[in-house]
Amino acid sequence: MTKQLSGPEVAQQIGEKFPDTITGSDETAVFVRSEALLEVARFIKESLDLDYLNSITAVDYIDYFELVYHLTSLENNHSIILKTKCHERKNPKVPSVVSLWQGADFQEREIYDLLGISFDGHPNMKRIFLWDGFQGYPLRKDFIIDVPGGGKATKQ
Amino acid sequence: MTLETEPVTINIGPQHPSTHGVFRMRVTFDGEVIIDMEPVFGYLHRGIEKLAEHKTYVQNIPFTDRLDYLAAMSNNFAYVLAVEKLAGIEVPERAEYIRIIMAELMRISSHLMGVGFFLNDMGAFMTPVLYMLREREKILDLFEMACGQRLTYNYMRFGGVSHDIPGEFIPALKRFIDEMPGYIDEYDQLIAENEIVLARTKGIGILPADKAINASVAGPVLRASGVKWDLRKADPYSIYDRFNFDVPTGTNGDNYDRYRMKIEEIKQSVRIVKQAMEQLPQGEVCTRVSPTFKPPKGEAYGRVEGPKGELGFFIVSDGSAKPYRFKVRPPALINLTVLRDMIIGWKLADAIVTFGSIDICMGEVDR
Repeated sequence: MTKQLSGPEVAQQIGEKFPDTITGSDETAVFVRSEALLEVARFIKESLDLDYLNSITAVDYIDYFELVYHLTSLENNHSIILKTKCHERKNPKVPSVVSLWQGADFQEREIYDLLGISFDGHPNMKRIFLWDGFQGYPLRKDFIIDVPGGGKATKQ
Repeated sequence: MTLETEPVTINIGPQHPSTHGVFRMRVTFDGEVIIDMEPVFGYLHRGIEKLAEHKTYVQNIPFTDRLDYLAAMSNNFAYVLAVEKLAGIEVPERAEYIRIIMAELMRISSHLMGVGFFLNDMGAFMTPVLYMLREREKILDLFEMACGQRLTYNYMRFGGVSHDIPGEFIPALKRFIDEMPGYIDEYDQLIAENEIVLARTKGIGILPADKAINASVAGPVLRASGVKWDLRKADPYSIYDRFNFDVPTGTNGDNYDRYRMKIEEIKQSVRIVKQAMEQLPQGEVCTRVSPTFKPPKGEAYGRVEGPKGELGFFIVSDGSAKPYRFKVRPPALINLTVLRDMIIGWKLADAIVTFGSIDICMGEVDR
């Protein structure tokens, strides 16, 4: 069974090394300030041996974007969730973790494509599924779907 | 006199027999050798994650069939696991066993297609794949008995499965399980020691273990590089902890190992199905859940070891009848991260074989 590391314990470890970077924690997750994401990720990658990035998700909560990083150590079979918030909506920017985990490459591009969050330091930050001239970011909650044949679908 | 040379860029795909759907590679050559490759996706992008936000939880089950359409049962499985985790729904014992049987049959079917089309890409045109379609057909017949569908099953439900298996299912399954080892031997006679297969796959497209881990590669591709990581063992979901099976691993991480992994996993899946069939208890197959049920506010990440790797669903609920966020962790897309590194320095024909060995499904890559 993969052991879920406790959020508060990991948060404490990070807090000792990098004060003022943690904004909270719950049972399974640690919340980190987005500016400090890269250095915190590098620190826990080494100290907790988190060599495997399962997935990156971004969620649009209208007031802010939340990025969710599922991290696992294949060696010790434990995992932790790292979360960060991005309050900017017009031009949201978060540091890229491609330099730590290559597996973030396409996932960060996908988030940029569908939610419009750009990742600082990504080697190839451009749309992945949609074409270059596409207007807007479909997975944002305020994106309005044009129905074929005219008309607009209701905004959720 | 010196000859001036310059790199040439060629498009492979989107319409190409070996791209398994609509996938495009912009490959740059220096003479015959590949020096760069850029994958281009999106030809099959249907916006499933957005569509799912406008449908109820139950209505989303058929959408998951359309991700990796060669392994629709596994997609169903991962999605219902995520929602069950979110809402805390109990699953009856019999349904758990039926799910395992279906998921493992799906793995066999998907791997058969993976190996068959891999050989197709290599130039063994259609003969091996037709042998494998023969066995896949038997699996599809079984699925048809259980749920009436042959490709998109929509079989799993929150709290169980949609129908109990009919009376003729178990005898047919038993026949299949008895025959399958013989068929695997037949494939091995055809392929395993074939000189052309060995020449085209051994030592080509090597993926070192540390690189595979760093690039979040999963499934048979990861295990072919020698990393013993299978979610059925490492983080057992459902009732996988009750079965005896091994996790095969490769040593070199080359094309040959990736092909072997699939054949070895088929053998293990046959073992699991056999045990599940013998232990199958009687009883209910589904806990009743309302079609418009509302899970509590929260989030859950459910995952299975799909045929192509870790298939995960990250569901965020705001307490309404529709998911607030529906995110798929697509193993096929993430496995492609390493394709560029694997084919640089090789020739075009090797690139096609290496690409085939990763075994992708564009329905899942583009979503």
